[in-house]
Amino acid sequence: MDVHRFELTASPHIKGPDSTPRIMWSVVATLVPVVGAAIYWFGPSAALVITTATVGCVVTERLFGPGGTLRDGSAAITGVLLGLTLPPGIPLWMAFVGGFIAIGLGKLVFGGLGQNVFNPALLGRALLQAAFPDDMTTWPAAVEHWWQLRGDNFALPLTSADPTVALTGATPLGQMKFEQIPTEAVDLFMGATSGSTGETAAVVILAGGIYLAVKKYLNWRIPISILLTVAVLSQVAHFVDPDRYPGALFMLFSGGLMLGAWYMATDMVTSPTTNHGCWIFGAGIGAMAVLIRLWGGLPEGVMYSILFMNALVPFINRATQPRVFGTGEEVVAS
Amino acid sequence: MSPRRVVSPEEVFFRGVWRENPVLIQLLGLCPALAVTNTVANSLAMGLATFFVLVGSSTLVATFKRFIPREVRISAYILVIATFVTIADLVLNAVVPEIHRALGAFIALIVVNCMILGRQEAFASKQPVGRAILDAAGTGLGFIVALLMMGGLREVLGYGSFLGVPLFGPSFEPWIVMILPAGGFFALGFILLLFGWWAERKKEPVRPRRWPHGVTTEVFVGEGGAD
Repeated sequence: MDVHRFELTASPHIKGPDSTPRIMWSVVATLVPVVGAAIYWFGPSAALVITTATVGCVVTERLFGPGGTLRDGSAAITGVLLGLTLPPGIPLWMAFVGGFIAIGLGKLVFGGLGQNVFNPALLGRALLQAAFPDDMTTWPAAVEHWWQLRGDNFALPLTSADPTVALTGATPLGQMKFEQIPTEAVDLFMGATSGSTGETAAVVILAGGIYLAVKKYLNWRIPISILLTVAVLSQVAHFVDPDRYPGALFMLFSGGLMLGAWYMATDMVTSPTTNHGCWIFGAGIGAMAVLIRLWGGLPEGVMYSILFMNALVPFINRATQPRVFGTGEEVVAS
Repeated sequence: MSPRRVVSPEEVFFRGVWRENPVLIQLLGLCPALAVTNTVANSLAMGLATFFVLVGSSTLVATFKRFIPREVRISAYILVIATFVTIADLVLNAVVPEIHRALGAFIALIVVNCMILGRQEAFASKQPVGRAILDAAGTGLGFIVALLMMGGLREVLGYGSFLGVPLFGPSFEPWIVMILPAGGFFALGFILLLFGWWAERKKEPVRPRRWPHGVTTEVFVGEGGAD
């Protein structure tokens, strides 16, 4: 008599090779060129800030998280993304605090990966912006030598940055908003401007984002709808008043829009699950970013617009449920 | 219904302080906990006022529980609570007018603190007076503890001081958000994170089961059966 062993499992029976760690570490890999560009433009300060933010995130995840979650790489992504959104001259202890807030209050307090409402990296940045508005808006000026620090990175914990060490410049968006000085599109594209460590070099961010979109690790509808909305709205405003409102090219490649559109808004946890929802989500972010940039009090609004739309994601999901095959015309989502 | 467990008087008191802390575990009474905890002094005044109202109204409700008709019990509780809130309001205004001004409408709003009404409905209206007082004192103390934790965190980070005494040197960088209303949410999240970590730290880490998780079955087939 033969005995055959079968393993009975519930569906699905076929699965793809992608797992959470694989996707997360791919995203980290695509961020390597962005980090490289940050170090190229902002020298050792960028390396220090990004490293400290990442260490803050990883240490928090290790201390407070459920065991064994470091390997999935999500804490590392949050840390690198947070570091990329900070000004290069920020005191390192603030970057560490930001990492702690991002993972602790942005993710773990909600129940860990997959449970968080808001993008953790942006939540960490939002708290830093609200707690230390001066240090978060001190942008570096051009320096003579590459190895110079771009600010008082080594301020003692809990103390403010020494104002005599700080170098202050203005970001392209700030110059445009407050002084009506536009910046060359080539500089914006390559990153030869002032700003957060990782947001200036649009070309590398674009390359990494497109790679992830091709690999389907992010839903391409989100960045495309954000960028389209920003381009259309800002071009319309530019036609109405070319002196006050910059054109679409400037708006697309300045500030944190590229980083936000490709890496922040597309976070799988905090973006809509339906394709229709992604279009709405992206359009909302783009419209709000343009509103804040052109008529708000701040020069840049990508962070707040993404956080705001994060909060609306459950409603977008509910409103865009596709009709279940075989059921009537109306689907009442619970 | 399960057989009633005998709860010792100490447990009635201490569970409100820590294990069933109204703010940190039950997440009740969050409105004052978020709104007026920007300094330690404000937190302490708010905590003491709430403690007084809670103990007073629990005593009264437990004493008169036989005379309160079931149908109008909530309104009766509210009346009792409002009486004590008025006393607390007038006393604070007379003794510490500055803190009274800082707390503003939130003193009057103690009436609608669901923690207080919850203790009347869940405990004082069913228990002897002594135990009701113990329960109210424990819960009130837990509320004070939670508010002091919030207020301490926010004052130390937001002003760099504790009870008005500066803790750090002149180059201290204040965390501006901590003294703003949004800081209440951040401080509460921070404390809840610590509490969650404290409660979870002894548990085994949850290991996800290997996918797929099925059952193995053996099928007997005849000799030379299909394979």
